[in-house]
Amino acid sequence: MTTAAAPARTPLSRLAALGRAEATLLRRNRTAVFLALVLPFALVGSLRSILRAAAEHTPGMDVNGNLVTSSMGVVLLVVVYTNLTTAYTARRNELVLKRLRTGEAADAEILLGTAFPSIALALLQCLLLAVGGAALLDLRTPANPLLVLAGLALSALLLTALAALSSAVTKSVETAGITTLPLMLAAQFGSGLMIPLESMPDSVADLCRLLPTTPALQLLHIGWLGTDGTGPSAGFAGTWGPAALPLLLAAAWAGAAAWAARRWFRWEPRR
Amino acid sequence: MTDTSRPRPAVEARGLHRRYGPSGANGFEAVRGLDLDVAPGELFALLGTNGAGKTSTLEVLEGLAGPSAGEVRVLGLDPRRDRAALRPRIGIMLQEGGFPGELTLAETGRCWAGLTTGARAVDEALDLVGLLPRRTVRVKQLSGGERRRLDLAMALLGRPEVLFLDEPSTGLDPEARASVWRLIRELRAAGTTVVLTTHYLEEAEELADRLAIMHHGRVVTGGTVAEVLAAHPARIGFELPERTGAHAALELPPLHGTTVGLDGRRVLLRTPDLQGTLTELLGWAARHQVELARLDARSASLEEAFLAVAASAAPTAAPAAPSQIGRAA
Repeated sequence: MTTAAAPARTPLSRLAALGRAEATLLRRNRTAVFLALVLPFALVGSLRSILRAAAEHTPGMDVNGNLVTSSMGVVLLVVVYTNLTTAYTARRNELVLKRLRTGEAADAEILLGTAFPSIALALLQCLLLAVGGAALLDLRTPANPLLVLAGLALSALLLTALAALSSAVTKSVETAGITTLPLMLAAQFGSGLMIPLESMPDSVADLCRLLPTTPALQLLHIGWLGTDGTGPSAGFAGTWGPAALPLLLAAAWAGAAAWAARRWFRWEPRR
Repeated sequence: MTDTSRPRPAVEARGLHRRYGPSGANGFEAVRGLDLDVAPGELFALLGTNGAGKTSTLEVLEGLAGPSAGEVRVLGLDPRRDRAALRPRIGIMLQEGGFPGELTLAETGRCWAGLTTGARAVDEALDLVGLLPRRTVRVKQLSGGERRRLDLAMALLGRPEVLFLDEPSTGLDPEARASVWRLIRELRAAGTTVVLTTHYLEEAEELADRLAIMHHGRVVTGGTVAEVLAAHPARIGFELPERTGAHAALELPPLHGTTVGLDGRRVLLRTPDLQGTLTELLGWAARHQVELARLDARSASLEEAFLAVAASAAPTAAPAAPSQIGRAA
């Protein structure tokens, strides 16, 4: 809203102004719209057969439950991480970020405001997956909704910071597909999305639990299914125990990524 | 320069240095000990060739970069430490600004208004730079000159007390430039302090109360336009006739305070007193019935001052030549 009598701008009003402009840009970017709206749901189909195969040698695995939480993870990766890496790179190359820094918005506000529509879109799709999963796949309600929310928030924050970091090494929008690939692969195969951690040998699974994206995505899993996969659902109270370490690690990774993004983000193209 | 009766400068810099890269031979020092005072309400122009350090200086004044040494104050505040307090009071137009190509002008304005304390109505800002009829056009469809004007409109959105303009009229056609000049004059008349960089000399001559000419990261010449010009002589050029017959033994009169340069038959006089020297010269020519071919008299221009600075870091003094035309000519 452009009210002439508006007094000093607040961080919130600046985030809203940046988010609104970025939402308009997102809507006008056909590739991004396609990737964000179609790809995650196209993946659900192939994800299902992958998870079914994994369930054959993992006794007690809940295929449908895994399908919903894994799909949420894929949505967050595609819509927040790859989308934002491209958006940050595009805005930098158009010198938009440089120009924004001459204004009143702080650095963090510029990055968060730009991320706002992508995060909102991803969360909306996660909600759709949750509702759709519950309706079509006969899922139980989440064992600990607070953990699910914490997982979504921490994932969004972490992936935003990682997108900023990836864009620092991305020269152009065209090469964003390459620079985001390592993390996309590591997250899909190492963070329990394609291959459930409980189906891996213990030593490999323990290593994968330390990957940046694993703890936050694990929280979705534990929060919804009530177990980290090593036992039956523990119910609301029982989930805090297995969730404690992932919660701590996820917060630590998000903090570290935010710090690194602040330290290494590039506001102007290389000359 | 600092006088206790004068108000505190709106912009001041003391011993400003800005260095890129590491110390030593691998780094580059773009600004090398710059002092600057801009009084409130003044229009100050920073002139210089490409690479003189204008933009590097401006970025430090704006708080976009820190100085490697020295002090900067804008409205009495530190542009970096007091960023949150200062930014709402200043407007910045970069040499090359960016706005997303897929947003319309109105959408761009709405976004910037949401980031700017006390923003004018977006349409009012667009109207100031003559872009109101283009409000629904996407930024990517604008010409280079229109983009510059959009950039200026966004810099003016918050009615800034101090306005920093990095080459505001570069890329504008003559008509657009004239209207931008008019706008800048109106802002100045309304009390806005303006610091602009330019390499258009007529722009500085036209707009600036005071100016500084930068070269290799230092201010080489500065002051009011009149003061800068006073340090540079006017020029009179003409050609003498063939030295035959009655003209064979011709001598120029002693022209006071004038230096004379010769290039074949072409004579170039440099004088601090254009009218006096010209009167003497024309009287002499009339008395001797000499035709001064291709006569050309020009008062000092900023261009000459600028070229003199660009030619060498120190102001050039033309070597004195005898005011007599010998056989060598």
